[in-house]
Amino acid sequence: MSWQAVIGLEIHAQLATRSKLFSGASAAYGAEPNTQAAAIDVGLPGTLPVVNDEAVRLAVTLGLAIGARIAPVSVFARKNYFYPDLPKGYQISQYERPVVADGMLAVRLDDDRVIEVRIERAHLEEDAGKSLHDAFSTQTGIDLNRAGVPLLEIVSAPVLHSPAEAVAYLRTMHRLVRWLGICDGNMQEGSFRCDANVSVRRSPQAPLGTRAEIKNVNSFRFVEKAIAYEIERQIRVLESGEAVVQETRLYDAAQDRTRSMRSKESADDYRYFPDPDLPPLAIPPELVASVRASLPELPEARRRRYVEALGLPAQDADQLCADRDTSDYFEAVLAALPGEAKLCANWVLGELAAALNTLGLPIARSPLAPADLALLLRRLREGVISGKQAKDVFAAMIAGEGDADAVIAARGLVQISDEGALLAAIDQVIAAHPAQAAQVRAGQDKVLGFLVGQVMKATGGKANPQRLNALLRTRLDGSGADLPSAS
Amino acid sequence: MSFDADHLRRCARLARLALADDEIAPLEREIARMLDLVGELHHAALDAVEPMAHPLGLTLVPRPDAVTEGDAHEALLALAPETRLGLYLVPKVIE
Amino acid sequence: MSDALDQGLRACVKAAREDGQDVLAAEARRRAAAHGDLNAFIGLDTRTRARAAGAAPLSGVPFAQKDNFCTAGLRTTCASRMLGGFVPPYESAVGERLSAAGAVSIGKTNLDEFAMGSSNETSHYGPVRNPWDLTRVPGGSSGGSAAAVAAGIVPFATGSDTGGSVRQPAAFCGVTGLKPTYGRVSRWGLIAYASSLDCPGVLARSAEDCARVLGVIAGHDPRDATSAARPVEDYLAALDAPLAGLRIGVARPYFGAGVQAGVGAAVQAALAEYERLGARLVEIDLPHAHLAIPAYYVIAPAEASSNLARYDGVRFGHRCAHPRSLEDLYTRSRAEGFGAEVRRRILIGTFALSAGYYDAYYLSAQKARRLIASDFDAAFAQVDLIAGPTAPTTAFALGEKRADPLAMAAADVNTVAVNLAGLPALSIPAGLHAGLPVGLQLIAPAFAEARLLAAAHRFQQATDWHRRRPGDRP
Repeated sequence: MSWQAVIGLEIHAQLATRSKLFSGASAAYGAEPNTQAAAIDVGLPGTLPVVNDEAVRLAVTLGLAIGARIAPVSVFARKNYFYPDLPKGYQISQYERPVVADGMLAVRLDDDRVIEVRIERAHLEEDAGKSLHDAFSTQTGIDLNRAGVPLLEIVSAPVLHSPAEAVAYLRTMHRLVRWLGICDGNMQEGSFRCDANVSVRRSPQAPLGTRAEIKNVNSFRFVEKAIAYEIERQIRVLESGEAVVQETRLYDAAQDRTRSMRSKESADDYRYFPDPDLPPLAIPPELVASVRASLPELPEARRRRYVEALGLPAQDADQLCADRDTSDYFEAVLAALPGEAKLCANWVLGELAAALNTLGLPIARSPLAPADLALLLRRLREGVISGKQAKDVFAAMIAGEGDADAVIAARGLVQISDEGALLAAIDQVIAAHPAQAAQVRAGQDKVLGFLVGQVMKATGGKANPQRLNALLRTRLDGSGADLPSAS
Repeated sequence: MSFDADHLRRCARLARLALADDEIAPLEREIARMLDLVGELHHAALDAVEPMAHPLGLTLVPRPDAVTEGDAHEALLALAPETRLGLYLVPKVIE
Repeated sequence: MSDALDQGLRACVKAAREDGQDVLAAEARRRAAAHGDLNAFIGLDTRTRARAAGAAPLSGVPFAQKDNFCTAGLRTTCASRMLGGFVPPYESAVGERLSAAGAVSIGKTNLDEFAMGSSNETSHYGPVRNPWDLTRVPGGSSGGSAAAVAAGIVPFATGSDTGGSVRQPAAFCGVTGLKPTYGRVSRWGLIAYASSLDCPGVLARSAEDCARVLGVIAGHDPRDATSAARPVEDYLAALDAPLAGLRIGVARPYFGAGVQAGVGAAVQAALAEYERLGARLVEIDLPHAHLAIPAYYVIAPAEASSNLARYDGVRFGHRCAHPRSLEDLYTRSRAEGFGAEVRRRILIGTFALSAGYYDAYYLSAQKARRLIASDFDAAFAQVDLIAGPTAPTTAFALGEKRADPLAMAAADVNTVAVNLAGLPALSIPAGLHAGLPVGLQLIAPAFAEARLLAAAHRFQQATDWHRRRPGDRP
């Protein structure tokens, strides 16, 4: 008997605003408890919510990036329930008329297959505070700093069929929200969270099974493991002839299992209704147009361009497009060095990535600006320095010794590539070693190395090895009359 | 659609209102009478009518994204019945 | 000089300028103490205040605030045990604007608990008594404010009007009560009952005084997302607009079977006076008027059930002793903190929003609301104002309707539709019936406060009902 898993994800992305969704309190992470909870966030009587325009703009940004419909008018509703970290006794969310509906995200799987994941909706809502259950022995402590922080809840259709697909979708959405700059994507701090709705059925034609909602999965690895566990659990339950219960389950990472959440047992009745404090939110076409105009090139489009137009290997394109900062860095280097995509990619993904890794710095805080790297690569291309020298110069630049030209000059690394200078040295060496020159002319190639070494010695090691090799061969093969004179 | 004691208990549970046993019968009666009063709504021809949640066709005017509120935790926590180490306190919640 | 308190705002402003900023407030406080039997005040305002510029429009004028307007550093109770110890750290927008205009807050007036009631009998602090007859209610929910103005304690007071809570007590106490257009006055700092209906208002001695106060409190407030951005008119300058040609709509539903004969007669006489002054009476139809009470008694409790969820004993307000669990904390704190009427409305509202009943109650009420608002739109295509009795009866006896929520609801039959539509309306004294004041309600299109106040002012120029005082002998 083969089972099909059906998975839908609800992603909560914290929007990168300065202030909260409905109050002017700071939305920054990590402050002392309750120091960023204003009277509005605490739900004091007589206070009123006013919506943050940047949160709206960021929601529209995601909507346009996934080709969704932006509702010209959307409605804030109240979701009513009691919980100590929900100060007003209701959460302001969007229910019947979300700001974003019907989008699509293309997700590339590990085997290079691409699935189209339909996004049913994305809506604005405020976050709740934090309950600290373990702070005290008989009481729960409540910190409301997070209460009112803007979230975009992104709801996929139940179209994912394996833990791997679910995680690939999650990673792709994670990359997209960071790419767009609408969410910092920090999963440890809870800026990007995910609930998974999981059910199984006997075949793809069978009606959907009863689903369980898994909460509290805060890393890609745990999402994969939690879903895998839950699929197995449901199959086990069904094969033993029992029924899956519709419930909320919590993933316990330590034990790698999901368990039923007791506090959510009672059937909820959220009594959604339009928030009377907040009239409908109209999103004018001008706002949509201005967001559309400022939308960056999206990661999949960029990846395709890297392969098709720049001729980069797929693996390089994938790595460069893993995040916006890396890709933008590459773009900036390439802009200064047109036509050298592969060279730029090699250095961004190779030397630079390794150096940053050692330094523990993200590329956005690289000590080398793209222009710095581009200058180094230009000198390499010009033959001013050799590939090996370039690595030394790069290391010196990372160590803060100045830009490429400064390091090259300080270390006296400038290669002699100039034909006249090289030919003069070559002619002197040939004149000084006529026997070896004759041997080379007679076809004894291994003697060429001796002559190269002599020229290197004569130039203090600065001769451009490629140019030197070519010139020396020509000199020995031909009459020399074809070459410009050394004068 | 008659309102009975089960409805009452369910609403009291949703609204987190403790009900004494002797309150149930009179409350049930009063609420049922109020619901009779509003029952006129069920006889009105409303099918084609667009619901109205706000008067005057208002729409929202958003505010700019700026931090305008400072740290007020001392004044706000002072309003609370019980706090400790800067946290509001409730009896232990088991998830 | 203290006579100024009895003569209206113009006299008060003049007296304060001539005799000093503190004189009138001191006299108002003395009168408040002398009228302790009215139980009009829950607390006195003992805060020291920053002095406004002498030229401010209400400099030195004392006033009272309904105790559901937050006062920074001063206890604000909503007449509920729930907020018995609540001292807000912020001031309401209305309070801020009045202070900035130089007005002096002398105290917080009694009301129905959380403004839920039409008789002021649901207050945790006991009922207010009607200055015209201490055995009668002052109306509600702004009963304390109406009684304080009627008794001459203050020349004006703030109120809030969710279904008639300014106009009905104004009618019962023989004062002028203005409910502006929804959004004309900021709700910031007004403790919510039903947010899409709540509207700050004014109770004063005359339409002219209401105009003076409205000019101060009206205007856009970015803290209230339902606040209107349109400019504020000069209401005082507009007061003398002539009545000639004004079309006043008379709607039959407002003169229904529940209207006391004496009330009907007084209102008819007032309408005749309007005709004499040059207005034209036009019969109009409001075909869905009968749906107003049903819609109101679903929408207001539904919004209230959600608005009052924040009173959970965690961050402020009443908390039960020794909670055994979170559920115990919630259910007992709320059952102890809220009075019977508030609990009843929360339960009704919860039911109206609950799964399986939402469409039949809440959604139907919202649809009915649309029909009621459309009725007004159609009517105002034909007329400039709509008139009728503010309340079907004069002030009833304390305790008379207390046990009967339906009878109480009937007191709101002529006022709630205005809130559902968000329109401005006022109640002016229009006569006496058996020694008790009768109110005439005038309703105007949205943001036509200038027209509304001018029509009331013209009537008050021609009559003296608004000058009658409790204790006057006919």
